[in-house]
Amino acid sequence: MASTTSTASRLPAPPVAAVRVPASSLRSELRAIKVVWLREMIRFTKDRLRIVTSLVQPFLFLFVLGTGLSRLASAGTHGVNLRTFVYPGVLCMSVMFIAIFSAASIVWDREFGFLREMMVAPVRRSSLVIGKCLGGATVAAFQGVILICLAGLVGVPYAPILILEIFGLQLLVAFSITSFGVMMAARVKQMQSFMALTQMVIMPMYFLSGSLFPVSGLPQWLAILNRLDPLTYAVDPMRRAVFAHLNISPVARRVLDPGVTWFGWHLPGLFEAGVVALLGLLMLGVAIWEFSRIE
Amino acid sequence: MSAAAQNGAAAADGAPPLSDSATVVVRGLEKRYGEIEAVRGIDFNVEAGETFGFLGPNGAGKSTTISMLCTLVKPTGGSARVAGFDVVNQRDSVRRNIGLVFQDTTLDSYLTAEQNMRLHAELYGVPRDAVAARLEQVLEMVGLWERRKSTVMTFSGGMKRRLEIARGLMHSPRVLFLDEPTVGLDPQTRSSIWTYIRELKVAEEITIFLTTHYMDEAENCDRIAIIDKGKIVVLDTPEALKAAVGQDRVQITTDDNEAAIAALEEKLGIAAKVAEGVVTFGVPEGEKFVPRLFAELGMPIRAVSVSRPSLDDVFMSHTGTTIRDAEDNAADNQLRTMARAFGRR
Repeated sequence: MASTTSTASRLPAPPVAAVRVPASSLRSELRAIKVVWLREMIRFTKDRLRIVTSLVQPFLFLFVLGTGLSRLASAGTHGVNLRTFVYPGVLCMSVMFIAIFSAASIVWDREFGFLREMMVAPVRRSSLVIGKCLGGATVAAFQGVILICLAGLVGVPYAPILILEIFGLQLLVAFSITSFGVMMAARVKQMQSFMALTQMVIMPMYFLSGSLFPVSGLPQWLAILNRLDPLTYAVDPMRRAVFAHLNISPVARRVLDPGVTWFGWHLPGLFEAGVVALLGLLMLGVAIWEFSRIE
Repeated sequence: MSAAAQNGAAAADGAPPLSDSATVVVRGLEKRYGEIEAVRGIDFNVEAGETFGFLGPNGAGKSTTISMLCTLVKPTGGSARVAGFDVVNQRDSVRRNIGLVFQDTTLDSYLTAEQNMRLHAELYGVPRDAVAARLEQVLEMVGLWERRKSTVMTFSGGMKRRLEIARGLMHSPRVLFLDEPTVGLDPQTRSSIWTYIRELKVAEEITIFLTTHYMDEAENCDRIAIIDKGKIVVLDTPEALKAAVGQDRVQITTDDNEAAIAALEEKLGIAAKVAEGVVTFGVPEGEKFVPRLFAELGMPIRAVSVSRPSLDDVFMSHTGTTIRDAEDNAADNQLRTMARAFGRR
């Protein structure tokens, strides 16, 4: 103690009173959710490269694949531009990839130690997970807005209701996929494994979902896989929303926008959105449960 | 229980009696990972305002103990109370009342210093109107107020550690836990970190619990517990521990260590051993002993050094080895275990 007295003399007068931290409450949990969300926003705005690079893939699908294949497909699309047809699917895909990247940041956080700072805080793990998922959803939806702006280039009108519908569906997809990613990130500790694993799940999900083809009249094996793919129930309402605002022939509509059926029953769009939301909440629950178990 | 309680308290003469009003109360704390007993029933108290050090080689159980006290690891036996709360049943209350600085950085290096601090304040529920003043106060304390707008990525190792200490203080914890606060830093930065810690003790009413395997740093503590192989071997003030050794340490360099040890035993009646590569033994009044050593040993001595008892000697007198050797052994064991694991395939 003798050594401390020597330093005391050159220290300023006694400091301001120590802060009092109140007991845990709903308010403190909401603050935690908000700050975890806010951190995602700060990180995102600082990472301009990520904003640009994540737009490359949708551009490729929309303008390169869409334009290139349209010459082959013109007979089957009944006068509808192939770019217009794949547009709803591309909207889902871009959001999906960004959401997965958001979730992947948990793996980075673990590697660089920051996860620990959050895990030892006197807040519920559920608040941390919810904040993270909302953050991922917001970032992805923001990215989605850029793609909504491109609607005019692929012959989709800028109708306010359509934009709202698309935006809502994008938020939903982003939230569900982030939840899925966070659920995986609780288990997978290495970045390489995480990316490999998610690619293994995400790519088939994308190809089976009907983003690139109409879902009626498929061979049975593909039809079954398609109906099992959760993304199908996000792409279909997205496409319906877009096609409702297109001025096309009834034949084209029937062929290109047949809607998803379960044993002949046409699923309503709202029901499909409900399926996505339910799966998202389910995975969010699993993610919370997994993170609560980690010491 | 009572037998276990003797480990810490009884061994340390003059230590305060184990009372339950202390800031940290540990009773028979154990942690077992399968077959391995990382911590084998330890007992001690840390009084309010004390700087308490856990000294021991890597792998002695320091980090496991600190993790249990911080509620990060569940004990497999015994109990511990920190700031009046049970570390198992009142986890969140313990967490609100402690500040943590880990061995490895837990900062978000993409954020600025201030953003890191504010994030912490939000997670710990620091009242909004108190954040700004507290932020300035703790950043000033560690000399980083001017750099608050800089991204943490641009900070040196020492600055990061200081920022972590400031962050650990942001919510005015009653106990600050520092796990190897200066590991991986250069000597100059290490000593500056210690200056900050000492100043902190003057500015804040806070209890500090730290672990270290640096002997010289343990000297900064009010009391030290020396831990080896999961048990507290001795617990007292650094002065009392050194006084209890009562012997100076003599180290001699010879061409033949074996022969020197034999000669010391035979001609001078001294039990010596090899530590850190040189023949080492303790005698009272070392300087006066050196002439006798040269006269009577009967073999060439290349170099001799005499040192006052340090915490190294305290450690050695209680465990029969130096900290550095203990760590080398632990590392060797680890290598052997790994070799076995690979050999089995």
